[in-house]
Amino acid sequence: MTATVAPEKDVTKSGKSGKSAKKPASDRSSAENKLGLKLVAPAVVLMLLVTAYPMLQALYLSLFRYRLTAPDDRAFVGVDNYLTILSDDQFWLSTGTTVLIMVVTVAVELVIGFAFAMVMHRIVFARGLMRTSILIPYGIITVVSAFAWQFAFSLNNGFVNAWFNWLPWIAEDTNWFGDYWHAMFAIMVSEIWKTTPFMALLLLAGLAQVSEDMLEAAKVDGATWTQRLTKVILPNMRAAIMVAVLFRALDAYRIFDNIFVMTKGAEGTQSISFLTYRQVIEQMQLGLGSAMSVLLFLSVLLLAWLIVKLFRVDLAQARGEG
Amino acid sequence: MAGNTSGKTAVGTWIGFALIMLWCLFPVAWIISLSFKSEGETAAGSAQFLPKEPTFDNYKAIIDNPDFTRALINSFGIALIATLLSVIFATLAAYAIARLEFKGKRLVLSLALAIAMFPVVALVGPLFDMWTTFGLFNTWPGLIIPYMSFTLPLAIWTLSAFFREIPWEMEQAAQVDGATSWQAFRKVIVPLAAPGVFTAAILTFFFAWNEFVLAISLTSTTSSRTVPAQMSFFVGPDPFNPPYAQLATASVIVTLPVIVIVLLFQRKIVAGLTSGAVKG
Repeated sequence: MTATVAPEKDVTKSGKSGKSAKKPASDRSSAENKLGLKLVAPAVVLMLLVTAYPMLQALYLSLFRYRLTAPDDRAFVGVDNYLTILSDDQFWLSTGTTVLIMVVTVAVELVIGFAFAMVMHRIVFARGLMRTSILIPYGIITVVSAFAWQFAFSLNNGFVNAWFNWLPWIAEDTNWFGDYWHAMFAIMVSEIWKTTPFMALLLLAGLAQVSEDMLEAAKVDGATWTQRLTKVILPNMRAAIMVAVLFRALDAYRIFDNIFVMTKGAEGTQSISFLTYRQVIEQMQLGLGSAMSVLLFLSVLLLAWLIVKLFRVDLAQARGEG
Repeated sequence: MAGNTSGKTAVGTWIGFALIMLWCLFPVAWIISLSFKSEGETAAGSAQFLPKEPTFDNYKAIIDNPDFTRALINSFGIALIATLLSVIFATLAAYAIARLEFKGKRLVLSLALAIAMFPVVALVGPLFDMWTTFGLFNTWPGLIIPYMSFTLPLAIWTLSAFFREIPWEMEQAAQVDGATSWQAFRKVIVPLAAPGVFTAAILTFFFAWNEFVLAISLTSTTSSRTVPAQMSFFVGPDPFNPPYAQLATASVIVTLPVIVIVLLFQRKIVAGLTSGAVKG
């Protein structure tokens, strides 16, 4: 009954049913084993080729002083690169910015996305139209979203200042890219606009799992709307919420496109991804950049682990059932 | 009383519907409107939403811009090839995962999960280094290969979710009739699985069409730069005055394929997005 965190469980489950359906003779099962390995091999090799191998190389390079513009100067420096980064203000500032963007956007998206999901769940007309519309921000290129909002907030060519100058903190000449908080606001608007539909669709799928009978029973027993929401709907959607938050949080933590287009990291708005990119591509600091890559990778792992712990959804247990 | 609450709910749903439509379509309307503003209008500063004198000049300029058309060809070529190859590999893997018992299945799934969460920027440095060594820097394969790797997890999940729904008795029937596992796969399952494969292809295409970090890091000229990368480097003649209207025009053009795909296949996309993620 409870929605489960899915892909692995689903698949292992079907694997299990496959196993119990046919308890094969040993040569048959060894042939199946071989075929299985053959079929997954190309995908696994490809995934490892572009991730595991370069990551190991990054781990290796991170121990060197190595700048592409001065290749002869390459020298083993141990963990010096890591110490340099961890004692650098820029690194911690951009980590703070990244975490702030992640927390705010995911929280806002969760609320708006849930409201959208409720409407889509209830609605009896124009379902196709609505589904089509909500997929447009999802499918649109992030760079396009960034440009659209950058221009909307632009000082000379944007409509935001002209339309919203009745708000006390917005004037005709508010420069949205002139200081940290304004620029962060614009970046977050673009990020939230583009990714809320994804959140809404995942939550909608979760909402569909909530039993109508149970809701009806709660209604008959006199539960208010708030009670039904907090006691019936949300607990039954926990797995869907967890999946949505996990995916979106890790995605937001990697934020790059919006910042690159809208501010180029000016006014302290550079994210951790943007800082890494600059080290490697603009400054050609492969050693230092590789160390940042390793730290970025580790922080993503830590984040994933934290979210799984926080929501108390035991991925291993779900998998172990199979 | 009950009628009253359901009436209130209906009004709420209507308002919600209107808000969602506004949310989704308003920014799109904004870039379309901007794309019809003349260069003179944006240079002078035009804070109004609609163009004063709509013009097609920007569309002419963008289509005549060889850098942009080249980027468009690159984007289509790279995204389509990456999609095709990724879906082929994912189909094989997902079939094995959904259907066969073999050692290391769990490992494959964990790997896919880990890669779906991988911070792409972390690979920019080492990949840049590797690709320059292998001569893949600034080439189509230099982007196609990583795009395949990063779309495989999503494709494998979506497909294995679809594959679970297939009536497998048909495969067994074929095997009883003397077909091998491979023949059963090719002749019976592939046609049944086609809709799922198609959905995975759409999601993969969206990823490749949208990808930006690798597109700007692993290319250096228009010979392999995709549209998002080209747009971010498109400064125009005056560095202090970005070519708003032309960028908006490029945005509209690059969004058109997305809109067409969404219009045609919205049901499939939604099913694909949610099937791999949530299950009751």
